[in-house]
Amino acid sequence: METIKTVKEPLFHVIKRGDLSLTRQILVRVIAILSGLLLGSIICWIVYKTSPFVFIYYLIKGNFNPFDNFLELIKRSMLLLMIGLALIPPFTMKFWNLGGNGQILMGGLATIICMKYLGGVMPDGVVWILMLLFSMAIGAIWAVIPAVFKAFFKTNETLFTLMMNYIAAGIMLYAIKIISGKNTTGTIGIVKTANLPELGHPAVLVALIAIIVTIFITLYMKYSKHGYEVALVGDSRNTAKYSGINVKVVIIRTLVLSGAICGLAGFLLAGSVNHTLVTEETMAKSGFTAFTAIIAVWIAHNNPLATIGVSFGIMFLNNGMEYARTNLNITEEAIPSMIIGLIYLVVIACEFFITYKLKFNGKKTSRKANTAEMLKEDK
Amino acid sequence: MESNCVIQLKNISKIFPGKVVANKNVNLSVYKNEILALLGENGSGKTTLMNIISGIYYPDEGQILIDGKDAVIKSPKDAFKYKIGMIHQHFKLVETFTAIENIILGVKKDGFKDVDSENSPKKRKKAAAMITELAEKYGFNIDLKKKIYDMSVSEKQTVEIIKVLYRGADILILDEPTAVLTPQETEKLFVILRKMREDGKAIIIITHKLNEVMEISDKVAIMRKGEYITTVKTCETNEKQLTELMVGKKVELKIDRPKTDFDRPLLEIRDIVIDKDDGSRAIDDVSFYIRGGEILGVAGIAGCGQKELCEAIAGLRPIKSGLIMHKGENLIGLPPKVIIEKGVSMSFIPEDRLGMGLAPSFSITDNMIIKNYSDGKGPFVDRKSARARANALIQKLEIVTPSSETPVRRLSGGNVQKVLVGREIEAGPNVIITAYPVRGLDINSSYVIYDILNEQKKKGTGILFIGEDLDVMLALCDKIMVLCHGKNMGVVHAEKTTKEVLGLMMTGSLDLTEEKKDKNYGIAKDSNLTEEEWKKKMEGESNGDD
Repeated sequence: METIKTVKEPLFHVIKRGDLSLTRQILVRVIAILSGLLLGSIICWIVYKTSPFVFIYYLIKGNFNPFDNFLELIKRSMLLLMIGLALIPPFTMKFWNLGGNGQILMGGLATIICMKYLGGVMPDGVVWILMLLFSMAIGAIWAVIPAVFKAFFKTNETLFTLMMNYIAAGIMLYAIKIISGKNTTGTIGIVKTANLPELGHPAVLVALIAIIVTIFITLYMKYSKHGYEVALVGDSRNTAKYSGINVKVVIIRTLVLSGAICGLAGFLLAGSVNHTLVTEETMAKSGFTAFTAIIAVWIAHNNPLATIGVSFGIMFLNNGMEYARTNLNITEEAIPSMIIGLIYLVVIACEFFITYKLKFNGKKTSRKANTAEMLKEDK
Repeated sequence: MESNCVIQLKNISKIFPGKVVANKNVNLSVYKNEILALLGENGSGKTTLMNIISGIYYPDEGQILIDGKDAVIKSPKDAFKYKIGMIHQHFKLVETFTAIENIILGVKKDGFKDVDSENSPKKRKKAAAMITELAEKYGFNIDLKKKIYDMSVSEKQTVEIIKVLYRGADILILDEPTAVLTPQETEKLFVILRKMREDGKAIIIITHKLNEVMEISDKVAIMRKGEYITTVKTCETNEKQLTELMVGKKVELKIDRPKTDFDRPLLEIRDIVIDKDDGSRAIDDVSFYIRGGEILGVAGIAGCGQKELCEAIAGLRPIKSGLIMHKGENLIGLPPKVIIEKGVSMSFIPEDRLGMGLAPSFSITDNMIIKNYSDGKGPFVDRKSARARANALIQKLEIVTPSSETPVRRLSGGNVQKVLVGREIEAGPNVIITAYPVRGLDINSSYVIYDILNEQKKKGTGILFIGEDLDVMLALCDKIMVLCHGKNMGVVHAEKTTKEVLGLMMTGSLDLTEEKKDKNYGIAKDSNLTEEEWKKKMEGESNGDD
């Protein structure tokens, strides 16, 4: 018998995990968020020479104190949630609707036109209903145009929906010019007629509608026949065709829904929050656009309920950062956005550890122990 | 003896997520000048084991000795270092490259200083000379300048084999190499493999076909449920013993062909012409019919129009001309859903097994209702009864799965197929069109599927069976139709024909329709339609078109 020389093994190798229990998944994510925050405060500490935890302090204070800040957080995160919910059906179908901004803008435009020209002429209640219907209809139209082209001519929806954003932005400039008339300030100002009821604070109406939409989308995606078709088209188009589904109809129907919810978000932004035309700038100023919603949905794995938490987290970070900037007298925007970006990165990177694990190789003899341990762990 | 042993595996174990033990304490030795057949049911861990040797997976436990020395193989590159080459079931070639470009792809001398020299004309000439030498030595027939997409399956396989030989492999692993070949091509491959064996190579071949194991191998290693059972000498065993070792119990290796007394033609295909996606002809003027209680086999090399034919009957592909009559009713132009409701079921198992008919990330339950999720009132999907049906199917067909909520892409190939075929049959169709229902399945699972089909046949269902294993088709089918480049080469009675005849028809060397020109080919005598009706219908169609 020859003597066998052992060769050095690699330090570790990557293996796929089984299903990690929900509690452990949440634990991993919480750890990721905390370490992201820690990283953020360390950078703050190095760059701005603040004490290490002042960043986290401002983050919390900026969101809860005074209470208005908290209501603002609720309002913004609920709006972001709603846009996210609009994107879940098309994303599940692997139709990349990047045109949320355009759909919101158009919804807002329809709302403002109703408020400006019908407000005072008709009873407020009637105007509100018209605002709602028109904003949802125009949002749906804006989304369905690329969907029709995708369904019948196989055009690329990412580019198409993106371009629709620019068209919407252009229309908005034109609308401002028309509506403001001879008023040369270049804005249409605050529209005072037919404002939506506040119910105490704009956050209340927004939150109410967002909750209704969340329940609807959850039921729709998880239990309805339509939701089943959407998921099937997304998972395997061939199988969908084979099962007798008319894929074209599903694509168009889903985008009508998506656009209508975006239009609804525009309705709330214009009618209840801003009382004026929504533009990409005003949206960006409040901390989110439809692109932020894409990130939210992506992190939430297309799950409507998870999107609630993610939207809340994103706006929490954003509002807190804004507050920290004001209080620390930070004028430039690059480093604060970089810190937020880093935190996202850590949170997204933790997905790797949810799917995979690193297995360190000890000596040959310990391999057996490894296997036994793995079996135990998976239980 | 010890010196001839090129690979020795000691106590290899590999565990996949969810406690799936793919390999457990496997010991295996492979010797020079030897062809070893690796035999086992689906999910017995053969492919996992070979992937460990070729560096795709890393074992959780155990030791690999190559030429008696401890080896760590952590990537396919390492495997090549140890002169191990694997020819995968699904070829890994660049379609738009030529044969020689594929063969020399990625072969670099030391470090990166030599990176682009592999493409220099001088090197290429040298490589070509080397490849020609290899080809002559082993009897390959290859055109080095041909692009991969122009090649037949057999040619692609040749390129794969030369690729690993060019890299200096002494140990060749072939994963189900004959699954996609005609009998003649298989014979050619075996001649080459024998020459390699004489040349001192060690060859491991994975196959499900016992007759091939008996023909080509020197030894057979058997695996069952991730464990290594034993190695036997081929000359000292027989197919029955091998099956028993593999399954772990006594099995009856006989495919039934029950006689039935249904005889009405259920589905008639007349003068059908179908195009492929790229506009070329897939099926050219083919007529045939299926009676109730009969299995009609369709033989043909891959890509001769079987897929398009299936899709056309299921209403998924428009046809150019012709008629598809089901119980005296024309199916052409009807939406797929209506065709399903009429009881025509189509299941096509593509090479990746998931492409058509199943949604990979859906659970078994959700896959059960792909065709009838919209049944029942109200806007919601009825998952409760679907779950019950899924569980019933799991029990009946012994589907190995953690639960009915597991996504089907996590199941092994055989179990995926059981879900698909089981679901189709559960719906109670009167015509079953099934393409490759046992593709890649092991003996035991295959027999379960054959039994299911025969059960349906006895109930009077008409079955169109598109298969690849001619032995099976000869035993199972009542009649066999052979397609070659979209043309019907004739329909023969399975009892009265041989594999050789079918092989000749598949390659187009024998055309039986020419011999029976006077016989109104492919139209049943007791057709649902009379000749007059048929003609009238055709006139009506053409008038309608104008």
